[in-house]
Amino acid sequence: MAELDALDRRLIDAFQRDLPLCPRPFAAMAERLGVSEAQVVQRLQALQRCEVLSRVGPVFDHARAGASLLAAVSVPEAERDAVAAAINRSPGVNHNYAREHRYNLWFVMTAADEVQLEARLEALEEELGRPLLRLPMVEGYHIDLGFPIPWAELEAP
Amino acid sequence: MSDSTCPSEPLAEDASVNGLDAIDRAIVLATQAGLPLVPDPWGAVGRPLGLAGDEVRARMQRMIDSGVIRRIAAVPNHYRLGYVANGMSVWDVDDARIDRLGREVAAVPGVSHCYRRPRHLPDWPYNLFVMLHGHTRDEVERQAEALRERLGDACRDHRILYSTRILKKTGLRLARRPGPPR
Repeated sequence: MAELDALDRRLIDAFQRDLPLCPRPFAAMAERLGVSEAQVVQRLQALQRCEVLSRVGPVFDHARAGASLLAAVSVPEAERDAVAAAINRSPGVNHNYAREHRYNLWFVMTAADEVQLEARLEALEEELGRPLLRLPMVEGYHIDLGFPIPWAELEAP
Repeated sequence: MSDSTCPSEPLAEDASVNGLDAIDRAIVLATQAGLPLVPDPWGAVGRPLGLAGDEVRARMQRMIDSGVIRRIAAVPNHYRLGYVANGMSVWDVDDARIDRLGREVAAVPGVSHCYRRPRHLPDWPYNLFVMLHGHTRDEVERQAEALRERLGDACRDHRILYSTRILKKTGLRLARRPGPPR
């Protein structure tokens, strides 16, 4: 795990949930943490460079910002990477994971609306020559407020 | 939306999709891979779009109010923080009890997402999807065991599908970093 000091941890803990939408958000963060705006910007850049932070920015609800759907497909292991590459090339695909199951490729298809979404899924099905398991979200029980990071536990031997 | 991979299918300029107009969508595209880390990120986002920073903020506030934006945040990469075991657990839960139990399960530590999805019988009997994160598979198994107890006789069967490889995590981000450890 990457080397993080106390300020890095406070930045991550405090701003996993809400970055203020004010004219100078990093200055507002800095004030809360008792450091300078330049320090906050530098730390965030460094955390992003070493990939501890994926990004700093808006987290979109894809279901509201457009249409999206979790899909899975079952492919022989030998063909998996070639099929995965075809899926990744397909417009609208934004996640693709290999998983241990008969359904071994899992991806999220996105589109501007439901009509475009279904058209993209059908086009991909035709290209792959395989049926897709369509798993739209029926209900979300979690509001995705971030993920409390148990720093002490991470450092336990 | 989030269609950075598909510039060949632009929407009509005046089309409003899910309450987002063309300018909102341009802001979504410009920010989905992260804000520029500069003192005035809104101004920096707005400049190439011909928008003032205040206008960018006002539109983002509207997207927060309408639920399009869940939050604006520093998004950690859990792999780099040691959470290398990522299990998608799937559960076959009694339809009559799933809404109550889903909300309970969503509050359990280690759970990042919890969704109800349709079954596809006979192939796919699972209707509750719960993402579990741990440092090791053992830890994920223990989390799943705790869920199993909580679901009790409402749950007929479950599986944990571990990811063995991330093959894509948005085009923009894929270009910037190699995959996490396998």
